[in-house]
Amino acid sequence: MREVVNYLLFGWYPYVCITVLILGSIIRFDREQYSWRAKSSQFLRRRQMMWGSNLFHVGILVLLVGHFIGLLTPIGVFDGLGVTHDFKQIMALVVGGIAGVMAFIGCTLLLHRRLIDPRIRKTSSWADLAVLALLWVQIGLGLMTTVWTIDHLDGTEMLKFMGWAQGLYSLNPRAADLILDAYFIYKLHIVLGLTLFLITPFTRLVHIWSAPIWYLGRSGYQIVRSTGRRGQPAAESQGRPSTRTTPAEYPR
Amino acid sequence: MKIRAQIAMVLNLDKCIGCHTCSVTCKNVWTSREGMEYAWFNNVETKPGIGYPKDWENQKRWNGGWKRKKNGKIEPRIGSKWRVLANIFANPDLPEIDDYYEPFTFDYEHLQKSPEMTAMPTARPRSLVSGERIEKIEWGPNWEEILGGEFAKRSQDYNFEGVQKEMYGEFENTFMMYLPRLCEHCLNPTCVAACPSGAIYKREEDGIVLIDQDKCRGWRMCVSGCPYKKIYYNWSSGKSEKCIFCYPRIEAGQPTVCSETCVGRIRYLGVVLYDADRIEEAASTPDEQDLYEAQLGIFLNPHDPAIIEQARRDGIADSWLEGARRSPVYKMAIEWKVAFPLHPEYRTLPMVWYVPPLSPIQSAAAAGKIGHDGEMPDVRSLRIPLRYLANLLTAGKEEPVALGLERMLAMRAYMRAKTVDGLIDEKIAQRVGLTGAAIEDMYKYMAIANYEDRFVIPTAHRETSEDALELRGSCGFSFGNGCATGNTETNLFGSNKRARNPMEIV
Repeated sequence: MREVVNYLLFGWYPYVCITVLILGSIIRFDREQYSWRAKSSQFLRRRQMMWGSNLFHVGILVLLVGHFIGLLTPIGVFDGLGVTHDFKQIMALVVGGIAGVMAFIGCTLLLHRRLIDPRIRKTSSWADLAVLALLWVQIGLGLMTTVWTIDHLDGTEMLKFMGWAQGLYSLNPRAADLILDAYFIYKLHIVLGLTLFLITPFTRLVHIWSAPIWYLGRSGYQIVRSTGRRGQPAAESQGRPSTRTTPAEYPR
Repeated sequence: MKIRAQIAMVLNLDKCIGCHTCSVTCKNVWTSREGMEYAWFNNVETKPGIGYPKDWENQKRWNGGWKRKKNGKIEPRIGSKWRVLANIFANPDLPEIDDYYEPFTFDYEHLQKSPEMTAMPTARPRSLVSGERIEKIEWGPNWEEILGGEFAKRSQDYNFEGVQKEMYGEFENTFMMYLPRLCEHCLNPTCVAACPSGAIYKREEDGIVLIDQDKCRGWRMCVSGCPYKKIYYNWSSGKSEKCIFCYPRIEAGQPTVCSETCVGRIRYLGVVLYDADRIEEAASTPDEQDLYEAQLGIFLNPHDPAIIEQARRDGIADSWLEGARRSPVYKMAIEWKVAFPLHPEYRTLPMVWYVPPLSPIQSAAAAGKIGHDGEMPDVRSLRIPLRYLANLLTAGKEEPVALGLERMLAMRAYMRAKTVDGLIDEKIAQRVGLTGAAIEDMYKYMAIANYEDRFVIPTAHRETSEDALELRGSCGFSFGNGCATGNTETNLFGSNKRARNPMEIV
C-alpha cells in the first residue's frame, strides 16, 4: 500500500500537475486573457506591501531558480565542474535558507495583511486567500526540511531527490522508488509544490508566466499601432483581440 | 518627415462654468462599474487647489512624466527600464486609493426600514470597497469645489510657484477658476513608455492612446508614469483603465461624450497634423520653458501644398486633410495662439490644450483706478495672477499667456466697438498682431461657438483596414471580458460572471 501511494504521488501526480499547468495556462491565455493579471492590492493598501511583497518575491524567485537548477541539472554536470556533493548541499542549504527566511517573512506579512485588512479581505477571492495560505505552508515546510538536511550534509539525501526529479523528465518509471524512504516532511513539501503547479492556471499565479523581462529589450519607449493599411499588421481594439485581415488577404 | 494626424482637443476655460456635466456624463457612460467608482476619466477641479488625486502636480512626490538626462536624452522620471522592473513587486511611486478618495455610498434603505423613532433616521455612509461603515468622510471627488476648505491646504497648489500667495488667502483678493481634466493623449506619453507589458499604445490614425485590456497584466507602472494621473487602476479587474477619448464615437465622426454634453460649449475637437519624426527631439528640448514652442514647432500647416503632398504619401486620407484645414484646434492653438498645453514641462507633449480664463481687474478695487495699457486693461492686473496661469500652461513663461489673454481682450474690445459704436477699429487688432478678419473669426469660434465649428471630426476610414464580412455577428464594444466566448456559469478562471452576448441569447 505504501508503495502504491508513493507511486501515485511521485510517479503519476507530477505528470498530471505539469500537464494541467501547461495546458491550463495555454487555454486560459487563449480564451480568457482578460483574467490574466497580477491582481496587485497595493493600490488599496500600501501598508506592509513594500517589505512584504519585495521580501516575498525576491525570496521566492531565488528559491524557484535554485530548485530548478539544483534538482534538474544532472549530477554529472556538477561533478564535471568540480562541485563536490557536500559543497552543493551546503550551498543549497545556505542560499535556500536565507531566501526561504526572506520569502517566509514576506509571505507572513502579505498573509497577515490579506486576512486582517478589511479592504483587502473583502476584495479577495477565495482563490487569492488559498494561494497565499498554501504558499505560506509550503515555504514553512521547505524551511522545516533544512533541519533534517543538516543531518545529511554529505548530499546523499539530495542525490535521491535529484534522481527522482531527473527521472521524471527522462520518463523513468521507477523514479518514485528513489524517494520511497525520504522523510515525510520532504514528501509533503513535494506534494504541495506539485499542487501549486496544478492550481496555477486557475489562480492569479499565472502572472509568473508574464514576468515582463522583454521590456528591457524594447527598442525606444513609444508604441504606435496602425490600422493595417499599406500592408502593416492589423491593429487591435481595446478589450478584444482583433482577427482582422485586409480585404486583399481574405480568401475568396 | 513622417506626418501623422491626431484628433486634439481645446478647452476654453474662459467659458467653463464648473457644472461638472462633462464628468457626470462621462462617468455614466464609462466608469460606473465596480473597481472604477473612484475613477473619473474626466473631472473638473477648482483651482487653486491640490486637485485629484491629491497633489498630482507635485512630480517631486509622484515622479510622473519625463526627465532630461545630462546627455540630452529623456527617460521616464520613475526611472530607466531596469529601475521600473526592480520596483515591480512594490511600486514606490503608486498613489493609494485614499489619495483619490475611498468611494462610498449611503445606507438609503435605512430611511425606509427604520422603525418609528424620536429622531429622524439618517442614511450613513458606507465604503464601496470594503463595505464597512465610514464614520466620517474625509475626502471625496471635488472636495475643494469653489475654494472649499481652508486656504492653508489649497495653497499647496503647485502652480503658486513664484507667486506671493499669502494675499490670495484674503477674501477680497481671492481668485478661482475651473480646470476640467482628462487624458491628454500625448504625443510622447510616459504611460506607454512605462508599461512593461507593452499593452498601452498610441493609435497611428487618430492619436488616441489606449490600453489593450487583454495585454495589460496590472504591473501598475503607467499610473506612476502619467504625470496627469489620468490612468486608473481598476482594483476589481486588476487592470489599468483610462480615458478612451470615446473612440467609438470619434471613429463615427461624433464628438466625445464630455464635449457633446458641455453646456458651456467650451470644448473643441479637430485634426492636427504633426511630424512624428521630431517628437523625441521636441520632448528633449533643454529649457522647460521652450517646450511649448517646441511642440508648436512640430505641428504642420495643413494649407501648405508640400505638407498636403507628403501627408497623402504617408497615408492620410483627403477627408482628414480637409478636416485639418477646418480644424478649430489648429486655429486656436496654432493660428491665434490663444490655447496652451497643460504643464508642458512634463515633456509628454500633451494634446488637450487650454484657453486661459480672463478675470476681473484686480487693482481696480484696490487703487480706485484700472491699470490700463493704452486702451485695454493690462493683463498683469487681472485677478488671476499671470504667473499662476503660466505655471499651469507654459512652464512659467509669462509672455505667451499674456499675448493670448491680450488677444481675447482685444476680441472683446473690437466686437464692442463694432456692435455698440458701429465702428471697425483695425488698430485694436493690429496691436495684438491680428487682423480684423481674424478677430471676427475668433469671435465666431470662441464666442458663438456653433456645433459645426467646434467639432470638425472626419470619420475613420475603416474600409481600408477591416473586412466587414468577417466582423459580421461579432461582439461589439464591451466592458471587461464581455466578448469572451469562454464564459460559463461557474467560471473556471476566476473572472466575474457576466451577461451573455446578446447574439447567444437570441
